[in-house]
Formats: sequence, C-alpha cells, structure tokens
Amino acid sequence: MVLSATDKTNVKAAWGKVGGQAGAHGAEALERMFLGFPTTKTYFPHFDLSHGSAQVKAHGEKVANALTKAVEHLDDLPSALSKESDLHAHKLRVDPVNFKLLSHCLLVTLAAHHPSDFTPAVHASLDKFLANVSTVLTSKYR
Amino acid sequence: MVLAAADRAAVRALWKKLNNVGVYTAEALERPFLAFPSTKVYFLHLDLNPGSAQVKAHGRKVADALTLAVDRLDDLPRALSALRELHTDRLRVDPVNFKLLCHCLLVTLARHYPGDFSPALQASLHKFLSHVISALAPDCR
Repeated sequence: MVLSATDKTNVKAAWGKVGGQAGAHGAEALERMFLGFPTTKTYFPHFDLSHGSAQVKAHGEKVANALTKAVEHLDDLPSALSKESDLHAHKLRVDPVNFKLLSHCLLVTLAAHHPSDFTPAVHASLDKFLANVSTVLTSKYR
Repeated sequence: MVLAAADRAAVRALWKKLNNVGVYTAEALERPFLAFPSTKVYFLHLDLNPGSAQVKAHGRKVADALTLAVDRLDDLPRALSALRELHTDRLRVDPVNFKLLCHCLLVTLARHYPGDFSPALQASLHKFLSHVISALAPDCR
C-alpha cells in the first residue's frame, strides 16, 4: 500500500497539528486499547494499567516519538523503524493482529481531539500510514 | 458474550443524546468508501460522491436499524433477523466489511461527542456493535 503524495501531505499536516499533544494521544490510545481489547494487556504484565498510570503515559510518549520519526521518514519506513521492528517481532513477539487494534484506537483518539481536521480523506490517509507502520513493525515476526 | 448491564446503560445513554443518528451513520458510510475502497463494491448502484443524497438515505436506514438494536438489546438475533437474511443470504456481504463500518462509526461518534467518548464508552459501544455484527453474520464469528 503506497502512500500517495496527497496521503503524505495529509499525514504531515495532521501530525503537525497534533504537535506537543502526541505523547498524551499515544497514552490515551493505549488506554482505549487496554479497555476495549483486554487481550492486549498480556504484553504489559509489568505495567500498572490503571487510568492515569505514569507507565502508560511514558509508553505513550515512546509510541508518539516513534510515529513522529515515521512521519519524518515516510519514504523510508523500513530503515527508520528497523530497531522498533526488531524489538516488536523478535524480543516482544507481538502478534500482528494487535497493531490493527492500536491503530484503530489511535484514529479514534485523533478523531476525538481534532474533529474538524479528521475529514474522511485525512482519516483514509492516516489509516494507510498506520497500516504501513504496522507492516514494517510486523515484517520480521516470522 | 452477553452485553453486561453497564455496557447496555452506557449505549442507551449515548443513544438518547444523539439527536440525528442518520447524520452520523451517513458520515460513517462515507469514510469506508474512501479509506477502504473494496466496501464500494456493494454500492455500485449508488452515487457515492461526498454529500450524495443516496448515501444519506442509506445512512438513515442504518441509523434506524441501530436504533432498533439499541431498543432490543436482549433479543438482537430475532430483532435483526430480516437484516441478517438481507446482508448474509442475499447480498452476501463479506463479514470483514461490518468491522470496517464499525470502526468508522466509532471514529465518527468520537469526532462529534469527544467529551462523552471515554475509553469505557468506546469499549461498551464496540461490544454492542460486535453483538450487532454477530446477529447480522452469525456464521462467521
């Protein structure tokens, strides 16, 4: 799934608008995922997953930073995210289905906080972007 | 999977707040047509351009069905049996498409009711929609 020029513009613009809230959005997306899809919690037995958890906030920042890096390297996601790809596939062994769940929750979070920017076209571009990121992160799974 | 009392209460409370469900379902239909183009294959007879009156009309049908579902949470399979026949037996809709519409509906409601759309409400709505999908496509769960 190749990102068109329009998709790249949409993604950069949308992420630009998110700005400093990226970490908070990342944390909220994780919280939505843990509540909506409890099986995802199995990868975080070492975390306090209650509402407002400092560990979830910190992890949200990590996710946000990785996505910011991805937005800056849209033409070269595999090498930009190579370390994260190794981590999720080889060390954490995250089942690929979970990336769809987090992507869904990220999109819901962005829609809730940026309703007027979240047009169907921007939604489509962001979904493609997250699908591409997920593909890279699961590429070494097996 | 039974819908717990807390989930039912949350879904009913939200549904009371929605003053024109048809607007949201029409938007929810527009989103997969753009993001997941394979969904258009079931609507080749409709004008799918943004703002299409036919999509709006179809949105109202979806809205009425969901409102019926909210009223009949205890008896979804029977309440939705005619729709199951339509979608599964006659139209033969690939069940993956129900999940795509579900995602787009949640995104749409989150946009319009951000203050209400807590993680807990999102989880309850998702469970409710999963039950609706089960009633519409029982063989594929």
